This record gives sequence, structure tokens and C-alpha cells, in this order.
Amino acid sequence: MKLHEYQSKRIFAANGIPIPNGEVATSAVEARDIARKLGGPVVIKSQVLVGGRGKAGGIKLAKDPAEAERLADQILGMEIKGLTVDKVLVDEAANIKNEIYLGIVIDRALQKPVIIASAEGGIEIEEVARTNPKAIKRLPIDPLFGLMDYHARNLAYDLGLRRDLVGQFITILKGLYRVFMNSDASLAEINPLIITGDERLVAVDGKIVLDDNALFRHPDLAELRDSQEESESERRARLAGLSFVKLDGEIGCMVNGAGLAMATMDIVKFYGGEPANFLDIGGGAKSDKVAAALRIILSDPAVKSILFNIFGGITRCDEVARGILEALKEVPTQVPMVARLVGTNEEEGHQILAEANFPSAASLSEAAKKAVELAKGA
Amino acid sequence: MSILVGKDTRLLIQGITGREGAFHTQQMIEYGTNIVGGVTPGKGGEWVHGVPVFDTVKEAVEVTEANTTIIYVPARFAADAIMEAADSGIKLIVCISEGLPVLDMIRVQSFLARTDTRLIGPNCPGLITPGEAKVGIMPGHIHKPGNVGLVSRSGTLTYEVVQALTDKGIGQSTAVGIGGDPIIGSTFIDILQLFEGDPLTDQVVLIGEIGGTDEQRAAQFIAEKMSKPVTVFIAGRTAPPGKRMGHAGAIIEGGEGTAEEKTKAFEAVGVKVARQPAEVADLVAKLM
Repeated sequence: MKLHEYQSKRIFAANGIPIPNGEVATSAVEARDIARKLGGPVVIKSQVLVGGRGKAGGIKLAKDPAEAERLADQILGMEIKGLTVDKVLVDEAANIKNEIYLGIVIDRALQKPVIIASAEGGIEIEEVARTNPKAIKRLPIDPLFGLMDYHARNLAYDLGLRRDLVGQFITILKGLYRVFMNSDASLAEINPLIITGDERLVAVDGKIVLDDNALFRHPDLAELRDSQEESESERRARLAGLSFVKLDGEIGCMVNGAGLAMATMDIVKFYGGEPANFLDIGGGAKSDKVAAALRIILSDPAVKSILFNIFGGITRCDEVARGILEALKEVPTQVPMVARLVGTNEEEGHQILAEANFPSAASLSEAAKKAVELAKGA
Repeated sequence: MSILVGKDTRLLIQGITGREGAFHTQQMIEYGTNIVGGVTPGKGGEWVHGVPVFDTVKEAVEVTEANTTIIYVPARFAADAIMEAADSGIKLIVCISEGLPVLDMIRVQSFLARTDTRLIGPNCPGLITPGEAKVGIMPGHIHKPGNVGLVSRSGTLTYEVVQALTDKGIGQSTAVGIGGDPIIGSTFIDILQLFEGDPLTDQVVLIGEIGGTDEQRAAQFIAEKMSKPVTVFIAGRTAPPGKRMGHAGAIIEGGEGTAEEKTKAFEAVGVKVARQPAEVADLVAKLM
């Protein structure tokens, strides 16, 4: 789950990281009032959960409250990469002398949090990684001992910070590490961390991505979820305990297991079709879950055929067969379907489908071929 | 016994009184696995399918001399269960639980690095040495004893490949599901190393998927350290970048971890990569 810039920066501030003065506005008039209160030039920043806001025209500098109102009016309601802007952050404009990148992620290979820093801040770290990989410092931290002062001090000198900024840098990095660990983040990032003309370090932009699996111990953070982060069908799938990703094709897929679901999509493509979705019903799904999954697939008007691929282990084929038929009673449809059920209780499953004249296939490749033909014929 | 589990396995079930735990206890007993005890705090003294239940792993190990444990507890308690087992002297821990917080696993791995306990999983189907012991949730009947080792990040996709092998009359030495999470106890390399040293394994099948760089490192390991042939399948060729495909590990991050990159890494060191799960069996048959 991603947090907005303004949410991330509030969490940073609560952990001792300096941020610019600023407030969130949902109307142009509000933006003007905030600008008046702050005094001096301000930055109007769209709050949407995608990168590249600046390039899309979603971040603008305003020299006075009147201009702040005019620009906020332009930005509010704007669409950026499919998301509508309904909030802007109005921040004091900073006097930037230098920009630094500072982030924390999990290094999968080392199985540790790793601090990533670069003296080339202000641009995406992926871009720096491509163009100047040597500019990126990486510092793995042992989670049982945590971040020590000397780690932060060494990094400050590596980045070439002036000696009188090192103390501020240690406070900021320790604050960021605390945010990362205490909120179960998978990413905590300040970009840029600026050095101002009067030699202060300030976190001008920031981002936090939270580990969905850990939200149970952070009910306060879970409430910050932006409904725009997921589509309506993805939201319904999440609430039903299904793992679903909408894709652009025409063949709906329902599979048990993530790896098998991906392999099923690959085979559909191999036979010349395009999958309409990734959908894993998980292990041990009962018929109500299958029905929920089918309704989500059918809500996509682009779907021209549906492929069921179930390898029963914990999941029982007869439960799945019953779920398919139950869902079809509730949601009648003309979309043709084919099912391939093997494993636990496959004979009962086949019998249930055969009695309902539901087409089935013996192997995955046969089922995929059939689904592609059905989609083309439709 | 081939690798990790077999006739010598003395298995403990953590979370034995839960719905999943109790169901799979019965399934594993039917397969012939030697289950010596179960643990559920607060339920010590009860019996589940003829298996005695203890309050703590420590007590269960003292009484039953268990050497392996399988964990079915809810994700939020799983890190605690893993560390409790390691602290009680268990040498092999299999964690089925799905949805562990990443930072919990980071702490678990730091803890286990200071012990000689091996962890398989979490978020995995477990492992099976056909005809000897099933320590997991896979359908036992699709397996057949033989000399092909399997290691996989996925559950049902592994069943698909096992079925294809068995249909061709090709048996398996041990099939290990290492799990689909970004942080796991045993990696491809750990298991490949065991298969390389196992006299009952002649060749290995590796089933990977998009996300991370574990497969690329496995390719390097195969090139440098393995004499036995390996056949590979990678799921997720058609997955779009930036989207999490069910498994927390299955997300392509910034050009790192596509199926194409992984396929190339294997092909560059002479390892054959099947285009479909069923094709794995054809490639394996040619190597026999």
C-alpha cells in the first residue's frame, strides 16, 4: 500500500525529519488561503499515487496567493496517468542549493534492510542507477542491531556533506530508519533531501510504501489507503480474499495458485490469445469464493471466453465445479467457458460439470487452445 | 531418504488443532509420514488423529525426539513459531503459513543465521520424498519414487510438472517447494547443493517465476558447481511490470526479474528452459 507525499512527510516530521511548512487543500480557495498564511512563494503539488507528477504538469511554483489559487484550480481535477487529482499539497517554496537521494528498501539477496544514498538527488534513483551507478551508495543494516551513528556518519562523509551538516544528517537518517522499521515499510524514501541556501537539510519530497501483510499491526496506517490506488474489481477481489490483477486481453482466467496462474496466462498467450486478468483463488477455495471470482471476471466487458484451470491439492475440484454452476445461476451469461479440473476429487468435479453440459478439457494446453478458439469465435 | 525428509523424519505439527493443521495431519499420516506430536499453546494434553498435543515445542521435543516441524499457525504468529522451534533444537522447519510480514522474516533469517537450523518457506507447499514422507500440503498420489529432484517457488505449478513426469513414468527423489515470498529460508541454491550431493538424485528440475534475481544466481551456481543436469521452467512471461502477481515475490521491479532475463541466464549456461509445464517432462526424459 502506497502513502501520499503529504502523508509520508507528516510521518517523517513526527520522527524528527525537517519538512517544509505546508498544508493540504482540496479547493483553489483553500490553496490561496494556505499560501497567504505561509507568505512568500509556494509550490502546488498534486497528490496522486504515481511517479512523474512534475513532467505531467502536476507540480507548479506560485509566487503569490493569487497565482496559487489559479494554479491549484488548474491542477485540481487534472488526470495524471489515469488518476484524478483531488488534493494538492501547498508547501513553502524551498531555496535549493543541493539535492540528495536517501532511501531504505529490503535487499532480497542479503535479506536485510539496505540504505541507499546518492549525492545526485532530485531525479529517480532508477535513472541514476542506469546513468551513473557509482554515484549510489548502499549500506546494509543488521536488523537485530539496527542503525548506528557511525553508519550515518560514514555515509554523510561519503556523500561529501560539509562537516556542519553531519549532525543534521545523522538525525534524519535515524528518523528515516525508525519510520521504515516501525511502520513495516517496504520503501521509505526522501527525494530530494535538500541543502538550503542557509545550510539546512530539509525533506522536500517523500514516499512510503507499506507491507500489506503487516497492516494488521498498523490500523492507523491502514486507514490512510487511497481508494484510487486499486480499481473497483481489484478492491472487490481483495475483500473476497482473491488475488486479482486486471489485464488488457479477452480471455478470463481463474486458477488456483499464483505460479500456475502465471503459467496459465503464458499458455493462453502461446496459443495466440491475450489474458484478461491474473486471478488466483488461493488454496482451499470454497464455492462462494469461486462464485465471487467468476462475477469479477464477468464484470469486464472485454472478456470473450473464460478458462478455469484447477489443480486440486487443498482445493477440491467438486467445490470448484459447484461454485461455477452456482455463480452462473446468479449471473447468467453468454460468455463461453472451458474448465480443466485435476487433482483432489476430480471425478466428482467432472461429473458435476458433465451433468450441467459444461465443457471441460483434459489437459492445460487443450483447455487453453479451446479458450482461444472460443474467444475468436465469439 | 533422498534429501531433507524420509523414513528418519520425526515430525511435529505446530498449529495441529487448527482447521488446516488437523486436516493435513490426517493427510500426512495417510501418506505414511511419521508424525510424533503436535503443538498448540493452551491445548497440551489433547489428541488430534491419535497424535499427542503439547503446549510448547520444547516439551514436545523432549518427549518425542522430533527432528522436523511443519508450521500451520496464522501468519502473524509464524515468526514466533519458527524461532521457538529453532530454539528447541529442531533442525528442519517447514513453514506453510502465508502472508508473513517481510520484516518478521528479516528478523527470523538473522536469528536462524546464528543456529544450524534450516527453514523451508514460508508460503510454500512443503516437501515430499515419494514413498517415504510427505511434509506438506501437496496431493501425495501424483508423486512416484524415482531419481528426479524438483525445486520450485510455486505450489500448484509444481503439481502440474510432477503430474507430467509421473504420467511419463518418471519418478521423483524429493520435491521441494521453497515458497513464493521475497524473503525465504532456503533458496534455489541451497536446495540445488543438496541435490548435487544426493546419490539418489540423477537430475534436477527447477521451477522459477518472475521477480528478484534468485533464478539468475541459481544459473550461475549450476554453471560453476553442478555436475548433474538441470531443466528449468519460468512462469510469468506475459506478466506486466510493477504488478504483484499473487506471490509477494512475483513482481517485476525496474527491469530486474523478468521471465526473459531469467530464461537468458539459464540458456547462457547451457540449461534447457521449457516453454510449457508439460514440456519439462519431455526434456527430462531426453536426459535419462
